[in-house]
Amino acid sequence: MDHFEELDYNKAFDAGLWVKIIRFAFRHWKHLALLAGSIVVISMIEAVMPLLARYAIDVFLGDGDLAAADLTNLPAYSVIYVLIIAAFSFFVFLFIYQAGRMQTKMVYDIRTAGFTRLQELSFSYYDTTHVGWIMARMTSDTERIGDFISWSLIDGLGAIAYIAMATVFMANLDAHLTLWVMSVMPVLVVVVYLFQRIVLKGNRLARKMNSKITGSYNEGINGARTTKTLIRENKNFEEFMELTGAMRKQSRKVQVVNTFNFPVVLCLGSIATAFVITVGGVQLQTGGMSLGTLAAFIAYTTMLFEPIYQLVNVFSELQSAQASGERMMSLLSSEPDIVDAKELIDIYGDAMNPKPENWPAITGRVEFKNVTFAYKTGDVVLSDFSLSVKPGERIALVGETGAGKSTIVNLVCRFYEPTEGQVLIDGVDVRERTQIWLQSNLGYVLQTPHLFSGTITENIRYGKLDATMDEVVAAAKAANAYGFIMKLDKGFETDVGEGGGRLSSGEKQLVSFARAIIGNPSIFVLDEATSSIDTETEQIVQNAVNEVLKGRTSFIVAHRLSTIRGCDRILVIADGKIKEQGSHRELLRLKGSYYELYTNQFKEEAEKTALIGG
Amino acid sequence: MLGVYLKDVIEGVDDLLTLKRLMKLMKGNRAYFITAVCATAFASLGRLVRPVIITVTIDSVLDSRPLMDNSVVRWVVNLAVGGEQGLKNHPRILVICGLAVVLATVINSVFMVIRGNYSSKASENMAKKMKDSLYDHLQKLPYDYHVKAKTGDLIQRCTSDVETIRRFLSMQVPEMARAVFLAVFTISIMLTVNVTLTLVSAVFIPVIFVFSYVFFKKCRAAFKLTDEKEGEMSAVLQENLTGVRVVRAFGRQKYEMSKFDKKTTEFRDLNFNHIRLMSWYWSSSDLLSHGAQLAVLITGVYLTYNGVITIGTFILFNSYISMLLWPIRQMGRILSDLGKMQVSIGRIFEILDAPQEKDNEGVTRHPLRGEIVFDKVSFHYEGGKPVLNNLSFTVKPGQSIAILGSTGSGKSTVMHMLLRLYDYQGGAVKINGREITRIEKKWLRERIGLVLQEPFLYSKTISNNLRMAKDTVEDNEITEAAKTAHAHGFIEGFEKGYETMIGERGVTLSGGQKQRVAIARTLIKNSDILIFDDSLSAVDTETDAQIRAALKTRAKDVTTFIISQRITTLMHADRILVIENGALTDSGTHEELVSRPGLYLRIWEIQSLLDEEFGMEISGGAVPEMA
Repeated sequence: MDHFEELDYNKAFDAGLWVKIIRFAFRHWKHLALLAGSIVVISMIEAVMPLLARYAIDVFLGDGDLAAADLTNLPAYSVIYVLIIAAFSFFVFLFIYQAGRMQTKMVYDIRTAGFTRLQELSFSYYDTTHVGWIMARMTSDTERIGDFISWSLIDGLGAIAYIAMATVFMANLDAHLTLWVMSVMPVLVVVVYLFQRIVLKGNRLARKMNSKITGSYNEGINGARTTKTLIRENKNFEEFMELTGAMRKQSRKVQVVNTFNFPVVLCLGSIATAFVITVGGVQLQTGGMSLGTLAAFIAYTTMLFEPIYQLVNVFSELQSAQASGERMMSLLSSEPDIVDAKELIDIYGDAMNPKPENWPAITGRVEFKNVTFAYKTGDVVLSDFSLSVKPGERIALVGETGAGKSTIVNLVCRFYEPTEGQVLIDGVDVRERTQIWLQSNLGYVLQTPHLFSGTITENIRYGKLDATMDEVVAAAKAANAYGFIMKLDKGFETDVGEGGGRLSSGEKQLVSFARAIIGNPSIFVLDEATSSIDTETEQIVQNAVNEVLKGRTSFIVAHRLSTIRGCDRILVIADGKIKEQGSHRELLRLKGSYYELYTNQFKEEAEKTALIGG
Repeated sequence: MLGVYLKDVIEGVDDLLTLKRLMKLMKGNRAYFITAVCATAFASLGRLVRPVIITVTIDSVLDSRPLMDNSVVRWVVNLAVGGEQGLKNHPRILVICGLAVVLATVINSVFMVIRGNYSSKASENMAKKMKDSLYDHLQKLPYDYHVKAKTGDLIQRCTSDVETIRRFLSMQVPEMARAVFLAVFTISIMLTVNVTLTLVSAVFIPVIFVFSYVFFKKCRAAFKLTDEKEGEMSAVLQENLTGVRVVRAFGRQKYEMSKFDKKTTEFRDLNFNHIRLMSWYWSSSDLLSHGAQLAVLITGVYLTYNGVITIGTFILFNSYISMLLWPIRQMGRILSDLGKMQVSIGRIFEILDAPQEKDNEGVTRHPLRGEIVFDKVSFHYEGGKPVLNNLSFTVKPGQSIAILGSTGSGKSTVMHMLLRLYDYQGGAVKINGREITRIEKKWLRERIGLVLQEPFLYSKTISNNLRMAKDTVEDNEITEAAKTAHAHGFIEGFEKGYETMIGERGVTLSGGQKQRVAIARTLIKNSDILIFDDSLSAVDTETDAQIRAALKTRAKDVTTFIISQRITTLMHADRILVIENGALTDSGTHEELVSRPGLYLRIWEIQSLLDEEFGMEISGGAVPEMA
């Protein structure tokens, strides 16, 4: 359940990372500029508002002396006021609109970049990276980055603009009183920062517990059927309640601290107001200040502290955004192990831009020349492996798990590249062509067939995107799939469901055969299923295999005797080497490993014969 | 027109249902919520005191206007500075005013802390309760539910949907209360000071409220669309990642890219639509609120100019109007969250409303060692085609029974009937003379051991997995069972032996190893009846035979059922049942079945033909042509 767990990220500000992220933001510099511009204007108008009220008091109400009041400017004042609030609303609209544009575009860009990179990365990456991990990077982490840049960061900018403007206005009105107000600031910043740190740390713990709960749900749901047969319902529930109990305790701890956060800000703010009343009041009595100015100051002191609170919030969000950024950027900066040379791409094209018109046809001669292959961890799988396969030859690979059978197949497909030595196809090193050239000429059937959601037609067409319906039907017939497809309610237009879930595993195999042969590949790779489908379906699949492989160079990781026996050559692989090779009969007569592998089955056969008396 | 009206009525019913469900969830924590709401009331009141202090300070301390005509204010002033004249004469009057502001804020803050604490207590309790009851409920849902369940979707509901509700309860419910209290208190205070100005202020409230409600409805629809599209996008991504081998083998990166791009583009645009809606809302509600402020300002200037109200009152109204409008405007955001919460509550109750498995408890613990009779049993899944059709057979106690049938023939279903994972619709199943519908399910499952084809092992140690079957398990019972299931050898091979963790944090077991651990786990139960539902499929034939031999000695009095595709697994059973299309088509011993035409003979021939040829080749004979 590892992928449900949160990683700890508690690092210092990483400037290099933010440069990379900001680069994504600057692609939309027009939005960014409008966004930043509008938030500054908004903050300025907000800072001007108390001055407008002050003007009303000082002029229209004569600063408390109604005899001095003068209403002549009131109509003009109203018009200006209306214009200001209209402008304000417009900029609020502009701000949110642009932030939305910015956020959605930026998230789209990062996500597209991520997906593109995922299409380029080699199998070695997928071997070691969990799908859940990648999903989290591509969904929530990406959203969080976009969110932070477009809203939080810009909010912070607005807060700074507001604080700056308000300070300037206040200082203009009365510098002395401004100093009094500002004296509260440092305390406030420190207090809020401390609160945030405690809360952040506590939240991280709570999230970890939450991941455990998610893992527990996963287990509870996936294991529900087994739980029933073991009547474990109540015991599982007790264990689960312990987890939720711990989670509640932790969340409460954080929230108790958090409830003090804003009230403390308010109280500190009220101290500033008290200063304004006491100090400003004395100034007013001695005639050093107008009533309107005092009212404006009081308004500023109540409105100044929210932006500060907001600003500190941005800093705490920066930490989690940085963690998300780090995770996403690590995906983007993962380098594929297998890269096509640039000059080759110019000729043959790559996956995103194939140039099939320049592709030489494949006859299907495959050679391994002194190939050594080791994983990055250093585990050597193949060493000094050589093999020559004629066009159209059918090769069976047998041997124990981990002997290197899959590696050989993966090297033929250029899913991996040899550490030393060469793999040649039609006499040319695979590295002298691009991956797409080879992979477009492959037929490939997996041990556990993977279908995509969509109709059967769409799935078969995956092997040849421009196939006509006639070709689809012909492929289905060749793969023995036509029969079952026609029995389905919607025939070829039946939706197979997510991962092909609505078909049985035998049916999935047949569809994947059809998909593999529709493109008429010259090289065919088949990883035979180990788990049993029922015997009759299996017979149908077997017949399909024989049909499908006709005339193609094929490599079969084989488990079934009938498949193996139909092959031209059998390679018994052990410890990354060919231990025995030859035809079925030759190998049996050798009485070596191959013989060993199958005597168990023979013994049972003898037993069976004895049971029914010959 | 009528259609629109009807839609509103239906949505109204929906709202009521949500409220009812919410109240149900709140049970046991209502007192905390009420305390939080009361504290909110006091906090709002405290918030309103401050502007009054400032008004008094400006009007009667700094200026020389008569004190506000309010008995509470007068009482407080008398208490603090000994009457109205004190406002002018008291030597430290400004300090007292300043302290009063701080004090009012502190009181306000204390209530805010109380509110925060109680609302967090209530919502955390509820979150725990929701999570617990979801988990408990899921476990107790019928077997069939879990056959069809989509794990990802269920987890989503149990985690993010619960979180959405928790957030709403802990933050927005007190926030809503605050908006209401602030509005009520503000208007009451305003009314005591000046009616005209109050009316000017209050006229904007319904406008802004209706405006935000309309917005909320639109927003809910937009949110739903965005959410669905995000799900589609994730699905494409997930399929691309799990199918990466296929994508590469066919060189379909470009095709995948365009498939993904279509979804992300749609998601981006829908998401933006949602935000654009917000930009319209916030900007126009800003315009409205500031317009209201201007209206109060201008009316206030006229009233003050004409001596109707004092400057202090003017300032008081100016600060109250923003206090009044801000929370009402906030209602828009709250209401849009309400939409999300409503969706979440609906999704959670889709789980909670699914009926749990019922059991007839009490007197129905019946000894299970005895004859098992299937008498014309019929069964079909809900809304599905018949799976079992008048199936009849009898099994004597202690017999070993093998069942052969193709996929979908109903052979697993037959075994599920025995544990009452499904209940049949016609006929009767009797164990030891009693129909199983009159036996407690829990008892049946306790006494009958079933090993599923794809057994689930929990991410605990191997030993803890084995101990699950019974309350108290001795160490030697574990090794005994593991030995019988041929699991002892490979378990001992692990560095930590029986204490090895299973799953992603520990070792990953192969399919055959998992099956053997699961068999051992079931054996520990010492069941009256044992069922192996194709649970040796991933074990090689040799080990399969050894396990069966060990079983025979260990559980010789136990009635055993083995379902398999492998003839060699079935052939040694006392009796073999052949099931086709939900009916028994043949039964007998291996010798009997191979002596007459039928499914058994057909399959036996296919499987043995291969081996026969193999034998011929070894002995150097001629190779017969394959069919």
